[in-house]
Amino acid sequence: MEAIVKKRIKQVIKGDQDAFGEIVEIYKNSVYQLCYRMLGNQHEAEDMAQEAFLRAYVNIKSFNQDLKFSTWLFRIATNLCIDRIRKKKPDHYLDAEVAGTEGLTMYSQIPSETPLPESEVESLELHETVQKEILKLPEKYRSAIVLKYIEELSLNEISEILELPLGTVKTRIHRGREALRQQLRYV
Amino acid sequence: MCPEYIIGLMHDYLDEELEPDKEQQLREHLQTCKECERMFNELKKTVAFVKSISHMQAPENFTANVLARLPKERKKVWMQRWFKNHPMLTAASVFVILMMGSLFSTWTQDREFSVTKQDNLIVKNNTVIVPKGETVKGDVVVRNGTLKIEGEVQGDVTVINGEEYLASAGHVTGQIEEVNEVFDWIWYHMKRSGQEFIDIFN
Repeated sequence: MEAIVKKRIKQVIKGDQDAFGEIVEIYKNSVYQLCYRMLGNQHEAEDMAQEAFLRAYVNIKSFNQDLKFSTWLFRIATNLCIDRIRKKKPDHYLDAEVAGTEGLTMYSQIPSETPLPESEVESLELHETVQKEILKLPEKYRSAIVLKYIEELSLNEISEILELPLGTVKTRIHRGREALRQQLRYV
Repeated sequence: MCPEYIIGLMHDYLDEELEPDKEQQLREHLQTCKECERMFNELKKTVAFVKSISHMQAPENFTANVLARLPKERKKVWMQRWFKNHPMLTAASVFVILMMGSLFSTWTQDREFSVTKQDNLIVKNNTVIVPKGETVKGDVVVRNGTLKIEGEVQGDVTVINGEEYLASAGHVTGQIEEVNEVFDWIWYHMKRSGQEFIDIFN
């Protein structure tokens, strides 16, 4: 598959937009899903996913062809989503980072000692609940968790996508997992 | 509360990066510590929950919408791809273009007077005369000149870019043709090529 993509990229560099269409077909679901899990809104997710492909097309010449294309594409998409989250973030005290947690905000610290009311559990689909909790994660942890469990990527790939050392990626996944456990333990 | 170290082992286990001896250590601890066992199970459940929500499909027409937003494709590429996808049409159109080009250039360049060689034709200042009482055998072709037929031509007569006068006494056994326009010229060429083609098989 990577070989086909490499061939298509060469055609795209020559300006062939049909070849780019084939690349979009291959990656559209995973890129859209990444954006949806990061943003939690279908309209925004589609917009960002399209924007990611558009940027990939415009900057295709700067893509290092020794790398995996998906790594580069996911990096573009993740950065776009993180920018979007930062822009729309409400100016609220809950956003203040908790000291020493590297981005963990008060949102994720709200204890859910009390289980959700039964009616709410019943009315919400499990998937919606999980999605809601993912969206509560600070974007640093959210991106790592989504890449790991939604896109099912290896820690090494995630570290390349996020351009972070492996140790940092692990820390973020651990903290993200712990925050989710706190929220989902009674579901 | 159990040591951070044990919680670290749990996460390493979930990352599938726990060495066997440490995994043994974790298992032993979990058997003795109800609180850690509960936490470990909750973590595993959390991971299963998160994994269960994956697999989404991009909206319909996603690819088309992306392509519609791309900057305009260069014409050159569009043509190259069209040629690649339609090799027969490409070959045919190249042939037609070359044909038209060469015919047109012969039409515009070939302004010199010429006439087929027959002994009894008289040539005077770009005028060719078939004299009275004479019989010219074979086809007569005159380019860029006038042809006056007072005698007899046993064959076809063609005048290209010129005029032909048939005197009352004159006689042509074959066809008389005048070619004066570019398209006539091309048509004439095509007919002749076709005729030659048929002649090969005859």
